[in-house]
Amino acid sequence: MSAGPPLELETLFGDYPLDHAFDEMREGNGNLRAHYRALAEMLASLPADELQRRKQSADLAFLTQGITFTVYGRDEGTERIFPYDLLPRLVTATEWDRIERGLTQRITALNLFLRDVYSDGKILNDRVVPSELVYSCKHYRRQMRGLQVPRNVYIAVVGTDLLRLRSGEFVVLEDNLRVPSGVSYMLTNRRVMKRTFPLLFQSYGVKPIEHYPQLLLSTLRSLAPEGRPEPNIVLLTPGVFNSAYFEHTYLARQMGIDLVEGRDLVTHDNIVYMRTTDGLKRVDVIYRRVDDDFSDPLIFRPDSALGCAGLFNAYRAGNVTVSNAFGTGLADDKAVYAYVPRMIRYYLGEDPILPNVETFLLSEEKARQHVLANLDKLVVKAVGESGGYGMLIGPQSTARQREEFARQIEANPRNYIAQPTLDFSRAPCLIGDRLEPRHVDLRPYILFGDKVNIVPGGLTRVALERGSLVVNSSQGGGSKDTWVLE
Amino acid sequence: MLSRVADSLYWMSRYLERAENTARQLDVTMSLMLDPGGANEETRWRRMVASLGRPGGMEWTGDLESTARKLVFDNLHPASITFCVNAARENARQVREEISTEQWQRLNRLFHQMHSPHAQAQFSSSISDLLASVMDGIHLFQGVGASTMIHGQGWHFIRLGRYLERAYATATLLEVYQPELFQTQEREHTGYQYLELVGLLRCCTAFEAYCQVYTADVTSDRIVEFLMLNRDFPHALRYCVDCIRMAIESIQRSGSRRAPDELTAGIGRLHAMLGFTTVGEILSGDPAAFLHTIREQCLRIHELMYRYYVHYSIQSALAV
Repeated sequence: MSAGPPLELETLFGDYPLDHAFDEMREGNGNLRAHYRALAEMLASLPADELQRRKQSADLAFLTQGITFTVYGRDEGTERIFPYDLLPRLVTATEWDRIERGLTQRITALNLFLRDVYSDGKILNDRVVPSELVYSCKHYRRQMRGLQVPRNVYIAVVGTDLLRLRSGEFVVLEDNLRVPSGVSYMLTNRRVMKRTFPLLFQSYGVKPIEHYPQLLLSTLRSLAPEGRPEPNIVLLTPGVFNSAYFEHTYLARQMGIDLVEGRDLVTHDNIVYMRTTDGLKRVDVIYRRVDDDFSDPLIFRPDSALGCAGLFNAYRAGNVTVSNAFGTGLADDKAVYAYVPRMIRYYLGEDPILPNVETFLLSEEKARQHVLANLDKLVVKAVGESGGYGMLIGPQSTARQREEFARQIEANPRNYIAQPTLDFSRAPCLIGDRLEPRHVDLRPYILFGDKVNIVPGGLTRVALERGSLVVNSSQGGGSKDTWVLE
Repeated sequence: MLSRVADSLYWMSRYLERAENTARQLDVTMSLMLDPGGANEETRWRRMVASLGRPGGMEWTGDLESTARKLVFDNLHPASITFCVNAARENARQVREEISTEQWQRLNRLFHQMHSPHAQAQFSSSISDLLASVMDGIHLFQGVGASTMIHGQGWHFIRLGRYLERAYATATLLEVYQPELFQTQEREHTGYQYLELVGLLRCCTAFEAYCQVYTADVTSDRIVEFLMLNRDFPHALRYCVDCIRMAIESIQRSGSRRAPDELTAGIGRLHAMLGFTTVGEILSGDPAAFLHTIREQCLRIHELMYRYYVHYSIQSALAV
């Protein structure tokens, strides 16, 4: 075992920089925030190499539990562990309360918006949201018009990305209403952290999240078609080559439901069946991890083999529930996003609890001129993209990249939005043998069945490279466990 | 259980059995080549390729090392050991939620072992060690599976795959060896003859088991009796067929549908062929035709099993 002297806080912090961005652990003057004190004291009390030892044992736990993703390319089938940071991110009960209320409000409004747009279109007739914005969205699905979805729930599973600004206030960066992923990392992070820092975990009084799979299952069950008291629920995966395949197998195993691929499903007389060794078995609820486009070759992309022909008609006939519903991508379009606060006021008559990030719609002439003149200060995003793709980060871009974006914006302004470059918050991470701040966001997972359910916490994503603002796992991001305190 | 999952488990198991069989045959053949008296390298190689089912592209080229290397490592050749291990792993990867983590780790380790530079080096220094470690890896996988996986329907599909593959391989091997086995009564027994017969037994890891039953007195009719009709030895045809029958019965019991009469009849016939006969009857009849029928029946069972559990038509399933 280790015999080095305990680390002093000073050594641990080294030259931990503090500037105008919000630091999760320290106040502007360098003092520790009260709820981080116990964590810091624990770190400082550990013998020098103990932290590294725990890091190694946590690495091993991830590896042996098979919490890996597959890297394709040069060396086929290389499996790596998902990058993570050993130190938990702490959220106080007061902060969480606000987040929870804000998300519940927001998801309720977004769901009402989807229902409205796919039925009467009141919000469009009242000119609160411009109809050309909706109809020009590439995720708008005209096939969903007038279709009654079970319990009027369009978005049963949501992962909303939050940032914390300089003021300490949480804001919504984007809503993921199609097939949000990452929840398996939230669950496995927690399992590993409980083993790595058991005493600290106990002393903090952290709210549990382990019941997420069970909540997800009961959410899906509550959406089953009428007259199916013992619904057969399945998880539809695109298959083994999908980067989130680990998560699909993990959730299916945790919920005890079958993991199916499109080729396992057949439809007959508008009923979906899966092929089992015991003959065809009727499917009642599909938790869909396949994008709209690939779900049914008869309705969407005809060249896709990932979905099931006839699925949409069975869905339309009300014989099977598909969650999330088709066409929900409309409401997480980055241009529609700008209107969410107005939707909240329109449908609920309330002020938004969680604000948006200031957003310029480039289809508006005045905004476009402003943005084009200030490309080096702004972040430009393609509206239909996710995963950190199709993005220009002004201050870190080259003149050539800016010219390229300017040309694309002129060619198709509806396809882009711009936002100010955000100084979002940073949290301490273990880099080498000391603490350094890294940018973090927070993705809580929201379930919407009978009612809105949010497990306290979520996935804190970390931009592990110094100074980087991109937290997406496809681009060098990692994650941390998130402890919501009692 | 999903048909696709059953299919993957079945093929995972078949491919591993195939890899093991190929490794063992290659090992025995290379070691027989050390005693050149009985037959030359070419004859031995040809015989091995024949007992592997005559895969194309594995013909004798005169260069033993490069041909053997191809049989071990050629990723793209369906007969190679590496190809079989890759295919088994790919099947396992698609049903990770069905097999235990321990099983997955064993198989993954074997996969990485076949692709490591160490395996290449070992091939050059001692091919026998390499083949032994491949067989060890497969045995470990099977053992871990037996003690960690739930013994439900999926497990029975794994057993079905293994024993169908093995029954087919043993029948093929015996057919290839028919000159030694069925036409040597008049020939005098030489040391080389003995080596050949022991080689055949070792191709089925059967030498020690044989000695326990018959002592080291190796004769061709006893070998035929042992490898075809022994009810206790895991590579004997009768044992394999018993296991196939049990696997199919267990699969039926865990479902609610009655298996088609064809399948029940097919497996019953095969079982009776081996259970209600004597070696004297087989040898006085047409042993080659007998073996051929067994192979055909194995193929038929595979086909019926597929048609009934995996690739059934929607119409037939809806009609039930």
